[in-house]
Amino acid sequence: MLSAAALLAMFALAGCSQRAEPWHLTNVSGHLPDLDFSLTGDDGRPVTGASFKGHTSLVYFGYTHCPDVCPETMGRLMQVLNKLGPDAQKVRILFITVDPARDTPQALHDYVGAFDPTHAEGLTGTDWQIESLAKRYRVAYQMEKRDPNGNYEVTHSSAVYVFDAQGRARLLATDNDTPDAIAQDLRRIVDQRS
Amino acid sequence: MNPITTKVRTLSASAGAAAVALSLSLSLAFIGHAQAAAPQAITAKDAWVRWLPNNLPAAGYVTLVNAGDKPVDLVDISSSDYGDAMLHQTVSNGSSQKMVMVDKLTIPAHGQVAIAPGGYHLMLEDAKHKIAPGDTVRLKLKFSDGATLDTPFAVKSPAQTK
Repeated sequence: MLSAAALLAMFALAGCSQRAEPWHLTNVSGHLPDLDFSLTGDDGRPVTGASFKGHTSLVYFGYTHCPDVCPETMGRLMQVLNKLGPDAQKVRILFITVDPARDTPQALHDYVGAFDPTHAEGLTGTDWQIESLAKRYRVAYQMEKRDPNGNYEVTHSSAVYVFDAQGRARLLATDNDTPDAIAQDLRRIVDQRS
Repeated sequence: MNPITTKVRTLSASAGAAAVALSLSLSLAFIGHAQAAAPQAITAKDAWVRWLPNNLPAAGYVTLVNAGDKPVDLVDISSSDYGDAMLHQTVSNGSSQKMVMVDKLTIPAHGQVAIAPGGYHLMLEDAKHKIAPGDTVRLKLKFSDGATLDTPFAVKSPAQTK
């Protein structure tokens, strides 16, 4: 039988170890479904969640006609990759459009390529495919009214979802999380798979 | 999970703002002329544009510094490099963020305002010629004190966050 003091000491020790350290990001393990989808890659070919097994995946729902927050988020993820160094090879950024009408595979290819053609991939699909995927991860998005020029905005969530190499949902990063915090947590996720 | 909205201004709002800005700049240009000898209160620094491919709408960022004793408003933006240039703001509303068009931005006396990612941005659309990272574009920033700053903006790769 362990005494309360011994238990406390164990927790204190565990607190010092890597595993028990709290995450900087929001831990969503067990609260969101695994990475599972059927979409179209920015090369025009079908792609599924299984295509990214073996990589830590950062999933971001955005669209290309979004000048401020979407590129800022992608830019911050680039900083994260830089901080990861060689570990970045085990990470993929999946930019899933919530504006499939305008974001063709080619448009997405050019867009993610402007950030990082090696680690970032643009994904699109039918309205139904995008809708059901967004619902699966509780991403709210909505196409707004068109202006007289036919332009429109898309309201959407700005969170970045982190899935581990087995496709399990692990963490959620928001605008408030610094690239350093994201990189530190990602390193732990990447290292855990080996 | 903050929903974000990119507000594209309506034609009528844009025309209205343009009319206000025009009348403001006309009336203030006269005053500005009378005070031509006064030193310029506003200076711009760290001006850059986050380039995006395929002529997508791009965002310009800049820090405006007011050395004067009075607050000054940024009242109009124009550019010979873009068909459309306007001030937008990302407004947080609880858990959600929205982008709205802004008519003016006040730079406090002896203060500064950063037009920076996630806050204000200069929405730049319809580039009039091919623009690429490494280029310099110019934006004319008009202020309520009658001054106009013809400001060079460094065009940067989108992967850069500053």
